[in-house]
Amino acid sequence: MSICISTYCSIRNNQIKLNGEALLTKGVEVPFNEFIKSAYDLNASPYLKFFKMDDLCKLAFITSEFLLKNRKLSEQYGAENVSLLFANTSSSLDTDINYYNTVKDFASPSLFVYTLPNIMLGEISIRNKFKGENAFFVFEHFQADFLCNYATQLIQEQKAKTVVIGWVELLNENYEAFLCLAEETPDGTELTNENLNKYYNG
Amino acid sequence: MDALIAKLKTQIIEQLNLEGVSPDDISPDDSLFGEGLGLDSIDALELIVLLEKNYGLKIENPADGKKIFATIRTIAEYITAHGKA
Repeated sequence: MSICISTYCSIRNNQIKLNGEALLTKGVEVPFNEFIKSAYDLNASPYLKFFKMDDLCKLAFITSEFLLKNRKLSEQYGAENVSLLFANTSSSLDTDINYYNTVKDFASPSLFVYTLPNIMLGEISIRNKFKGENAFFVFEHFQADFLCNYATQLIQEQKAKTVVIGWVELLNENYEAFLCLAEETPDGTELTNENLNKYYNG
Repeated sequence: MDALIAKLKTQIIEQLNLEGVSPDDISPDDSLFGEGLGLDSIDALELIVLLEKNYGLKIENPADGKKIFATIRTIAEYITAHGKA
């Protein structure tokens, strides 16, 4: 069996698409916080910790909720065999700036804990009980070749049986999230640079 | 004391982003951690900040925190005893 992209989800321009199909669309004038709350309500799976997350984590978390809905990857593959491989451009700069602004008065502990971009991997892992390898990279642009090669290697070397590949970027209300699930399955599109780029751009 | 308890409830809900929780949902004697309101260690740090920011109170000995932050009432009693409510 070849390694395939079995499902993918994107959130950009106030629109959520799952496997290319629009699930939620709001006008571009709707602020991010309002939009992401609508997305949370639509997903209808209560998780109160969501409201304590920073915006980057909220974006990653909601995208993962739609991507992984109806999947129980930890049960299917074993918690240690589910890996997360994420990247973005701005790291956690959006929250770093917000945190810095609180330092002038009273430093916020709850903001401080989000001043690393890989916290989003932790939030998704906690939610889904994933215990596999996770990695986060900062790139200038989406790099399909790197992500494709890394995920393929994880699966081929039996470090993981499935990999959630993600690009989750957010800075100053500009945001974009793209997540896909790579696994060995007959049902999907082969994981290649071209296909990953096609879905990311789609 | 009742007015301070009511004020604390509102401040805690706001400071800790307790979505969907209203002041009426919190009894002054409910545990804030564990089985009660279910707060975590980061929330505990936020409560320390809340006390300092809004009431000018610093908790010098971390071991005191467990008693002070047991319930809304114990926080109110601490604020009253230490003066700047």
